[in-house]
Amino acid sequence: MSSAISIDSVGKHFGTLTALDQVSFTVEPGEFFALLGPNGAGKTTLISILAGLTRPDSGHVRVMGHDVQRDFREARKRLGVVPQELVFDPFLSVRETLQFQSGYFGLTRNDAWIDELLFKLGLSDKAQANMRALSGGMKRRVMVAQALVHRPPVIVLDEPTAGVDVELRQSLWHFVRELNQAGHTIVLTTHYLEEAQELCSRIAMLKKGKLIALEDKTKLLAHSARREVALKLSAPLPDTLQQWPSRVEDDRIVLQLADIAELEQVLARLREAGVEVRELSVIETDLEDVFVKMMQGGN
Amino acid sequence: MQGFLTLLKKELVRFWKVSFQTVAAPVLTALLYQLIFAHAMASHIEVYAGVSYATFLIPGLAMMSMTQNAFANGSSSLIQSKITGNIVFLLLPPLTALDFFAAYLLAAIVRGLVVGLGVLVITAWFGLPWPAHPLWVLLFATLGCGALGALGVVAGIWAEKFDQLAAFQNFLIMPLTFLSGVFYSINSLPPFWKAVSHFNPVFYMIDGFRYGFFAQSDTDPWLALGVVGLSFIVISALALALIKSGYRLRH
Repeated sequence: MSSAISIDSVGKHFGTLTALDQVSFTVEPGEFFALLGPNGAGKTTLISILAGLTRPDSGHVRVMGHDVQRDFREARKRLGVVPQELVFDPFLSVRETLQFQSGYFGLTRNDAWIDELLFKLGLSDKAQANMRALSGGMKRRVMVAQALVHRPPVIVLDEPTAGVDVELRQSLWHFVRELNQAGHTIVLTTHYLEEAQELCSRIAMLKKGKLIALEDKTKLLAHSARREVALKLSAPLPDTLQQWPSRVEDDRIVLQLADIAELEQVLARLREAGVEVRELSVIETDLEDVFVKMMQGGN
Repeated sequence: MQGFLTLLKKELVRFWKVSFQTVAAPVLTALLYQLIFAHAMASHIEVYAGVSYATFLIPGLAMMSMTQNAFANGSSSLIQSKITGNIVFLLLPPLTALDFFAAYLLAAIVRGLVVGLGVLVITAWFGLPWPAHPLWVLLFATLGCGALGALGVVAGIWAEKFDQLAAFQNFLIMPLTFLSGVFYSINSLPPFWKAVSHFNPVFYMIDGFRYGFFAQSDTDPWLALGVVGLSFIVISALALALIKSGYRLRH
């Protein structure tokens, strides 16, 4: 079975700016994949190439085995993209928007699925409303529906929750999770790292057009692991622990651990010195820490 | 095929939803020209034997309105889609360059023909006869709208701002359509301007269209058909090549 998305040595320049530099990776069918990076890292350029909106200078991109340029019709049938910019056709109602979008994909009599999409995205009572009359969040929902009218196996959401209220974000993720459970491959770019951490199983990070990380979320978190233990003690830190990398935070002592197994050593030395532990909490790394570290430190 | 039909329908719906602006307004403008020029010039000229000036004017006005509106249809739709960004919804689906072009072209032809029919109907009482050669009328109307419709697609793709499109429209389309023998026979022009008119494809559109009504024209209708047909083919090929290359649509 071919990969859902295969990106092979893709390069793209805009004038002197290198937007993408030999980027390669694959996304397998059924994955929930996050593409992360700061503004200008090349995420949107990569997605545009995937969608056929931008042409790469070098390399190949395939969707479900179909080259997005040579075999663009088959590739595009299998891909649903929610663009980052909030755009709409002011001449059309919500239902017309979705009917026309179905037609562009060669589908007629798609109303049952359109009704289902409207319902799932909380748009049923807006079906006849003109696009101009909708709030930003509602327009965003219509864009999600537009990307799904042709039931694509691969769905790409380019920062779908930027500037969207909490309620929509929640309901959107619920819906996207359902789609993923139903077998759709999901690729997500987001600025909200907690979203990626919560939803995605694998993560790619781009920086200045280069792929600097590509891993399972758990592995990525584990080996960038800056595990720490925060302690409240009955007495100052004993001499035996003075050399340990530490800092003080909110009258607690935070010790850095290379590995969680080191915690036992710490506790043993405290016991030897007769220092009592009043409070103990292990601080796990989150994606944001990893992200910041990667973006600051390079590889 | 379904993609093409859907885009065609969308383009038809688009201009029909604002038909006051896209159909009624140009028909009214043509009627005003007809009223004013027919009144002012009536006693001065008889261009063709047995054809009053008021009657002579009608096909020219109709063709001028058709070409201007065929041009406006695709060009304004494309520039709006590009500037608002919703063109992306046409670039993501599996539409081919031909689907894309043919839909914009046909919608432009339909708008041109609807406007042309409106102009003919509303000015007919100035004495427009039933066409001597109805097929020539239809052929020139369709090809004329097609050529300018295709040029509208080219302009809509090329322009990145409304201002650029307005320049295209006012500095190219308006002179071409006005200086094409709408209001006069080019045989009445001084030799230099008569020669210049022969380089204007819109002149042949109007002349051929008029031939369809009066069986009289400034130039050989077959030559006119050749020029108009060739213009249509060349501009269409250019538009299609631009779409295929992704010029200013896919970066």
